[in-house]
Amino acid sequence: MAQTETREPGLHTVTVTVNGKQYSRQTEPRQLLVYFIREQLGLTGTHVGCDTSQCGACTILLDGTAVKSCTILAVQAEGADIKTIEGYAESSGQLHPIQQAFWEEHGLQCGFCTPGMVIAIDQLLRDNPTPTEAEVRKGLDGNLCRCTGYQNIVKSALSAGRKLRGEEPFEKPDVAMAEPAAAH
Amino acid sequence: MFPAKFAYAAPGSLQEAVGLLEDPEAKVIAGGHSLLPLMKLRLAQPKLLVDIGRIPGLGYIRREDGVLAIGALATYRDLQFSQDVHQATQVLAEAAHEVGDPQVRAKGTLAGSLAHADPAGDLPAVVLALGGVVRVVGPNGERDLDLDSFFVDMLTTSLDEREIIREVRLNVQPAGSGGAYLKFDQPASHYALTGIAAIVSLDGGKIASARIGVTGVGPKAYRPTAVEQALVGVAPEDEAVKAAVQTVADGIDVQGDIHASPEYRAHLSRVLTRRAVLLAAQRAGG
Repeated sequence: MAQTETREPGLHTVTVTVNGKQYSRQTEPRQLLVYFIREQLGLTGTHVGCDTSQCGACTILLDGTAVKSCTILAVQAEGADIKTIEGYAESSGQLHPIQQAFWEEHGLQCGFCTPGMVIAIDQLLRDNPTPTEAEVRKGLDGNLCRCTGYQNIVKSALSAGRKLRGEEPFEKPDVAMAEPAAAH
Repeated sequence: MFPAKFAYAAPGSLQEAVGLLEDPEAKVIAGGHSLLPLMKLRLAQPKLLVDIGRIPGLGYIRREDGVLAIGALATYRDLQFSQDVHQATQVLAEAAHEVGDPQVRAKGTLAGSLAHADPAGDLPAVVLALGGVVRVVGPNGERDLDLDSFFVDMLTTSLDEREIIREVRLNVQPAGSGGAYLKFDQPASHYALTGIAAIVSLDGGKIASARIGVTGVGPKAYRPTAVEQALVGVAPEDEAVKAAVQTVADGIDVQGDIHASPEYRAHLSRVLTRRAVLLAAQRAGG
């Protein structure tokens, strides 16, 4: 009987495209998409913060829309087109305009929330290319930061909007300057 | 946090999904944003998940004659960006912006929210204010469940175990009416400590009719019908409306938790009902 067979919690093959590359892995139905991406695909830029769909550190684009990958099963993503933070900068090292804005506006401190913030802002600016500061704050409702107090994240989002609208220069950063600064 | 082990099936049609629900320990998943959190906490441990999320053609929102028809897989985000929703149901449009956060709204569905019947969910209050039916499919075909008797108790609806919501059919707001949804939320979860949906029509400067949905207060969303009646003929002014809404939590088993005591929730329900009615009246006159 078909139903009896489906009661066996066997492995499922999940095939997804992540940042333009196709991956196929066997996984348990209870595997959460964020762990599938981090542990089975080795893409650890997507973070696990709260694991309860509150903090937004696990935000990814699933078929073009920002979602929290800790509250989606990997099997639900079968066939999906996914973009993670690893898919934002060019392979040449050129940052995405949103990343560049974070760099310039000091939009991060420890950086744990940043991947989710960048992707949430990507969604926000595609939904509303000219947000007010209040709209940015409302649009980042699903992302928590424990360092910055949000001020510079909001500035980064507004700056990213100006860059994407062509109102603010977006130049390739000097790669030599992009090296991490030595500890003081 | 991982859910307990379960088997997974992704049927290609609602009929096939209904067949799989023959298993008494099966559970339907769509967006999963109500069910998966419960499964991670092991408060729900279904043995089989029936994923209707890949069934084609269920994500629609369309306006029919006097009705807004919303398919089982339409998300809050779909509602938020739908011109039909904004034109037909001001109160739903407003509430759709208030559920969870943007990422949650991209996965959670209206139908899932209603089937889950969380006592603090936003949408149950809104659909009660609008009125309509829930169209379900089960082993014996389709039937329509009246929204007024749909919510039975905490996390319990009039859906049979083997039935799945295929469409939510909401009444379009009457011409000239105003709608509002106001909530006082728990800041981390964004769940409503109290949420009030109100639809108000005016006639000659007085309230001609009012429909109100309340969430977050009792074990289930409800309509305070005595308040709806008391508002008829009342001028949409602060003191008059305040007097008419005093009984909004009367006779309700008002819930208390670490975030808000029953007394505080009852107080919030009176304050927010007054504000929601006044805002809806202002929009009706606007």
